[in-house]
Amino acid sequence: MTMLSYSLKVKTALPWTRLCYSGRRCMAHVANIAADDIPTGDDQPFKVSIAEDSYETYNLEPPPYTLETTKRQLKQLYHDMFTIRRMELAADRFYKEGKIRGFCHLSIGQEAVTVGIEHGISREDKLITAYRSHGTTLMRGATVKSILGELLGRQEGISHGRGGSIHMFRENFFGGNGIVGAHVPVGAGIAFAQQYHGNRDTVTVDIFGDGAANQGQVHEAFNMAKLWNLPIIFCCENNKYGMGTSVERSSAMTEYYKRGQYLPGLRINGMDVLAVLAAMRYGKEFVQAGNGPLLYEYQTYRFAGHSVSDPGTTYRSREEIQAERRHDPLSVLQEQLAEWGVLSKEEVKAIEKDVRSKVDREAEEANHMPVPEPRLDVLFRDIYVPGSEPLQRRGRTIDETYY
Amino acid sequence: MAAPRLFRPAARLLPSRLSSTPLLPNFPRVARAPSILCSRGYASEAGAKEVTVRDALNEALAEELEGNEKTFVMGEEVAQYNGAYKVTRGLLDRFGPKRVIDTPITEAGFTGLAVGAALAGLHPICEFMTFNFAMQSIDHIINSAAKTHYMSGGIQPCNITFRGPNGFAAGVAAQHSQDYSAWYGSIPGLKVVAPWSAEDAKGLLKAAIRDPNPVVVLENELLYGQAFPMSEAAQKNDFVLPIGKAKIERQGKDLTIVSLSRCVGQSLNAAAQLKQKYGVEAEVINLRSVKPLDVETIIQSLKKTGRLMCVESGFPMFGVASEILALSMEYGFDYLTAPAVRVTGAEVPTPYAVGLEQMSFPQEDTIVNQAAKLLRL
Repeated sequence: MTMLSYSLKVKTALPWTRLCYSGRRCMAHVANIAADDIPTGDDQPFKVSIAEDSYETYNLEPPPYTLETTKRQLKQLYHDMFTIRRMELAADRFYKEGKIRGFCHLSIGQEAVTVGIEHGISREDKLITAYRSHGTTLMRGATVKSILGELLGRQEGISHGRGGSIHMFRENFFGGNGIVGAHVPVGAGIAFAQQYHGNRDTVTVDIFGDGAANQGQVHEAFNMAKLWNLPIIFCCENNKYGMGTSVERSSAMTEYYKRGQYLPGLRINGMDVLAVLAAMRYGKEFVQAGNGPLLYEYQTYRFAGHSVSDPGTTYRSREEIQAERRHDPLSVLQEQLAEWGVLSKEEVKAIEKDVRSKVDREAEEANHMPVPEPRLDVLFRDIYVPGSEPLQRRGRTIDETYY
Repeated sequence: MAAPRLFRPAARLLPSRLSSTPLLPNFPRVARAPSILCSRGYASEAGAKEVTVRDALNEALAEELEGNEKTFVMGEEVAQYNGAYKVTRGLLDRFGPKRVIDTPITEAGFTGLAVGAALAGLHPICEFMTFNFAMQSIDHIINSAAKTHYMSGGIQPCNITFRGPNGFAAGVAAQHSQDYSAWYGSIPGLKVVAPWSAEDAKGLLKAAIRDPNPVVVLENELLYGQAFPMSEAAQKNDFVLPIGKAKIERQGKDLTIVSLSRCVGQSLNAAAQLKQKYGVEAEVINLRSVKPLDVETIIQSLKKTGRLMCVESGFPMFGVASEILALSMEYGFDYLTAPAVRVTGAEVPTPYAVGLEQMSFPQEDTIVNQAAKLLRL
């Protein structure tokens, strides 16, 4: 008890930003890398080091502090993060123009988590996430056009205008999910199916937020996953706020990576895409080796509000946001790559220009996609698997009953 | 959409409100052969044998587990304990722990897990010890399972079966007696069946497991031990009943009684009493499927008898009976010769004391008396 109250006291005494990020931003990555270690070819593998303060562990050996990569991959990481950023900004613009209805949760600031996870696994691995899912959908292979088209409610949107911001699916991607915490056991079920099929090549990545971490069924999923040794990595994407409630105001214990109790845990600097990537590779190997589930916590920050309708300033200070913006995952990576001579300022500009025009073009195309036709057959399509539909479905009136 | 509707099943029954010659309520009644006293016509079939609902369900599960590697049974006490109600008896021994899985007491968790397995391509059979406990996890049945195919624009199916006892059970009070037919029946994306006889149980459960959509199978604890004759056809392992088709259990010309689950048996007994006491021939329809609802069979019968009564054990407000009465207004108003009535559970949390409990659910005499009143006997 003394220990507990002591640690709580210390925690509240320190501003959390300092606690979480103290000393993290040093360019320790570069220190061990001599310029002549970097190969000239885009596809020649080489090793970069990960900052020592990137990880905190719980009943787990830390991942190796070096990451084997290539120049091509490093460039791709920047490319992908910047694409998500631009796509989210395009969504923001559409929303402000009144073209997007309902929800629109932007992940600006959290790109390193999304991109690092995807680059640490393969397309065959299964992934399920919560409602902040535009970037994840993109990383799972969807096009910018199909995502923005969905946000705009178009027939050619990825879910044909049936799902909107939260509900987008793809092969091996089981959606954005809208009920906070509920998709966590669903993810355990996906891992269960992998185990059932005897599939040892892939794992399931089950992403949820710090807000969801307090849902009872999240812990039910932990229990069954450990009990049955399911091949799953639970990933708590801690952006410090569940809507407008800070982690300190919602959670009795904010070290989410320890909340699996019997699950080995790892806290990762979620603003550093390389740390995320290295942790993900490590986690996948750990789980594939039959060691059972892991609980990861990514410490990240949402620069935008909870959703587009939230200015995000009533429950946190502008100073705090400004301070966090200094750790923007895009500039963190950009500085590293410049330092290593992997990506010059000119090359960065070229990538950004290319991405900008591509996203703008696809946004424009999405904007011109037709909306679903207001017909009964369109309205009632896909409620049931084709061929197994009921004989009739009722519309608003008996005359609108669809047969 | 107006023109093609005329050629579609239920719409053919839709009377035109603009017709200059409105249909008279006293439409001609077809003379019928006396209804078979014992409504279970199949009893006389050669090769029929008596089977309990429990064994029929067990047989259906075993056959589907045998025939489809993707199916597995998951729930509390389904494996080593052989099922809280012994429906899964022997399945662990036969199919092993990979296919018959005991879960912790964690409804939200294991329902979500089963749905996830279905999304990933398996065909889980998720057992609830009773549907009362599924209230812990109804979010997964509705939000995670029923809506996903539509929300994904048709790319993410969810082939899952939820099953377990539902509704009235004797002496277990309010938290263990609720009927959820109307709850699940109202959800687009779900299919809901409620078997009564052993044939229903086997045919509908097998259909549910094979259906590529999420299907809720609402069984009844009190029926598990009841034996019904099972035809030779139904004993075969390819016996499947269509979901969405009701069965006329007893032919009649004077009154249509629409019922489901355990109330079908009560309605049949009530119909026999009506015949005995008043010489009245009641037609008894066993809904079998709550969603989709077999509107055509109900309305055809209503057209024939001119009178409609719905018997169910759910709460009266916004229930299955309410829906059927509403449909009778929309499709059968001009054929009714008396206002349609419903016999339902009472609007009360189920009491424990036996006398009060009896007052909370339809009894045979409740049905008989209400029918007599409807028929002005």
